[in-house]
Amino acid sequence: MAELFHRKLERTAIGFVVAIIAAASVGGLVEIAPLFTIHTTVEEAPDMRLYTPLELAGRNIYVREGCYACHSQMIRTLRDEVERYGPYSLAVESKYDHPMLWGSKRTGPDLARIGGKYSDFWHVAHLTNPRSVVPESNMPAYSFLARTALETGDLGRHLRAQRSLGVPYTDAMIANAAGDAFGQAAPDSPFAAGVTERYGEKTQVSAFDGVVTQLTEMDALVAYLQVLGRLTDAAYSNTAAPEQAPNPTN
Amino acid sequence: MVQQLTTGERQNALVILVCIFVAGIAMAAAGGSDPLGMHGVLVLLFGGGLAALVMRSYYEPEPTQDRPSHYYDDPTKVGIALTLAWAIFGMFMGVWTAAQLAWPDLAFDAGWSTFGRLRPTHTTGVIFGFGGNALIATSFHVVQRTSRARLAGQVSPWFVLLGFNLFCLLAVTGYFMGVTQSKEYAEAEWYADLWLVVVWVTYFVLFLRTIARRKEPHIYVANWYFMAFIVVVAILHIVNNLAIPVSFGQAKSYTIWAGVQDSMVQWWYGHNAVAFFLTAGFLAMLYYYLPVRAQRPIFSYRLSILSFWGITFFYMWAGSHHLHYTALPHWVQNLGMTFSVMLLVPSWASAGNALLTLNGAWQKVRDDATLRFIFVAVVFYGLSTFEGSFLAIRPVNALSHYTDWTVGHVHAGALGWVAFITFGSIYTLVPSLWKRERMYSPALVEVHFWLAVAGTLIYVFSMWNSGILQGLMWRTYTQEGTLAYSFLDSLVAMYPYYIARAFGGLLFLLGAIVAAFNIWMTVRAVPAAVDRRADVPDTGLAPGAAATPAE
Repeated sequence: MAELFHRKLERTAIGFVVAIIAAASVGGLVEIAPLFTIHTTVEEAPDMRLYTPLELAGRNIYVREGCYACHSQMIRTLRDEVERYGPYSLAVESKYDHPMLWGSKRTGPDLARIGGKYSDFWHVAHLTNPRSVVPESNMPAYSFLARTALETGDLGRHLRAQRSLGVPYTDAMIANAAGDAFGQAAPDSPFAAGVTERYGEKTQVSAFDGVVTQLTEMDALVAYLQVLGRLTDAAYSNTAAPEQAPNPTN
Repeated sequence: MVQQLTTGERQNALVILVCIFVAGIAMAAAGGSDPLGMHGVLVLLFGGGLAALVMRSYYEPEPTQDRPSHYYDDPTKVGIALTLAWAIFGMFMGVWTAAQLAWPDLAFDAGWSTFGRLRPTHTTGVIFGFGGNALIATSFHVVQRTSRARLAGQVSPWFVLLGFNLFCLLAVTGYFMGVTQSKEYAEAEWYADLWLVVVWVTYFVLFLRTIARRKEPHIYVANWYFMAFIVVVAILHIVNNLAIPVSFGQAKSYTIWAGVQDSMVQWWYGHNAVAFFLTAGFLAMLYYYLPVRAQRPIFSYRLSILSFWGITFFYMWAGSHHLHYTALPHWVQNLGMTFSVMLLVPSWASAGNALLTLNGAWQKVRDDATLRFIFVAVVFYGLSTFEGSFLAIRPVNALSHYTDWTVGHVHAGALGWVAFITFGSIYTLVPSLWKRERMYSPALVEVHFWLAVAGTLIYVFSMWNSGILQGLMWRTYTQEGTLAYSFLDSLVAMYPYYIARAFGGLLFLLGAIVAAFNIWMTVRAVPAAVDRRADVPDTGLAPGAAATPAE
């Protein structure tokens, strides 16, 4: 009987295509749609901050250079990962990430909580020539970042595009995007105060690459690396214990 | 190329190419110094160059009246040439990036040549350039033979083939400039994605109209898989790539999906790119070229049905196994694991069906390197689908995820299955397509076979070793209850395997170069075959000899 039906189905191209679409749609609908409707999917985090324009520009450089190909930003709920990298990652921490950068491969270590672990100076030295700091490293050198001026003229447009997708940037943030990017990397400039005013006291304002006169891509990338894992403290107050890795040799 | 088109069709082609040319000018003007502007120049050169090509042959004689009584194979021939060109490019980029992991100074301190930018040129080059061209070329060949009908378009096959290659070019040249969405296996930016939608819809319509012309009552199983490949890839591509560009003059865009939802969409796409691009499409090749080469009918029609619908239904649930132990809700992870394990049934049904088809033809497998390519492809298909189901089990994934084991698994499938079935199909197809007696050198096919086998085994074994070692080092504790190894310890332990892997990849690349040379010489130097059997469509005028493999 089943075979008889299939013999019929095989005779109609449109029918066959419709059957394929029907069979193939179910899995995605069942797994993806509820992620938008079940509210416990993403935790509440009232202290959640937004990326500043400089951090967002740094994130875009992280994407452009394909850093995610070797570095994950997702600490799994396993004991050894929590002890190595810090509290496991929560969904809320990437709530504003378009796109998410959880990654799939660790040729280098996870970066979800790299922010604040090393000094700006260390990051600049490491990015300029990784093997000058870590001799065994196989990471590429990114010395050109410190020589490349950061494009800030279009940062307002970037923020506006993000807002249209649901990231709550205000009009003031959009209007001052370029100035805020400059101010975050120039602590003594008149632009610096507006950054913490708009993005919160916890925002790190510093001369990331050590040079305040010119804003470079190095400033942006280091600013981004320094904010990773520090947009909210939610993960630190989450009390559920990680799982023991299911490994008989432990 | 152009000789097969009537004057009206040549005009249509010119109109399309002029539109592409104008679109290129618009992109160049809007983009300016943004990478979008550079891509505008590429598009206008592409449109202008092809328009010049059409113009050059514009006044040549039109095709004869009996055109409908022949299959339309010119696009397939060009498609095979492009397949081989992309294979060599994509595999070369693979060897280069592999070598960079062992010797990082091979990036030469420049931006465009760093691992992060080169990696997608490798993945796109081999998956879409090599795999995609092979799928388009063989689908055109197979659908005509199994339907005993000529392709339902004269210009549209070229539009699909060359338009797809324009997409690949935009994608790959973009990565060198840092244009990427960062979505794995969907890195190309919004304008390239939009263009692919246009190309893909044309492909779908062309394929469906050709099927509608068939002179067989039933749609052959290879075409089920080609249809699933075309339809589902369209759905995946559109949903995963929904994005808002920063402006219409900029290449950069932001995906509409965020965080945990984006992770699920990306891996729903990512895993089903494996399912419907790298599995369904290549199973279509298997279901046609295996019975043709082995001269035996497919073992079981019922197994074909079971595995087709199993694959189409189950695969779409499996993507979340890429997100075990992450911030994705537990219930989705478990669903992904469950369906991934169930997937073994239709996968092994396909593999078993293919192996049982070879039953009775084992002496051919021994003697014929081409059939041996197909046989090894089936074996690796079975092995890597088993490995896939195994790695999708949560506790196993705890060890394997983020390590080279995943990379090894992917390459067991990509080299052992996808590339082997492709080369087996191409070696079957080339002599008949160019109407040659045989391949230029059977010995070189043999050389290619052993280079490919050795390369795949060295690659996969080194990645299994490094992946498992890495995973164990990360979770090993000392007696005192602290982590035994720093991350750096685990990296240092990888170097010998990275060198071995690059060597394995190099062998595989050499095999592909041998194949390209052998095929080139077959077309150039082997005498034409005496036409032994009619390879023409059923036009209703003459009794058509079916070249369809029996079910």
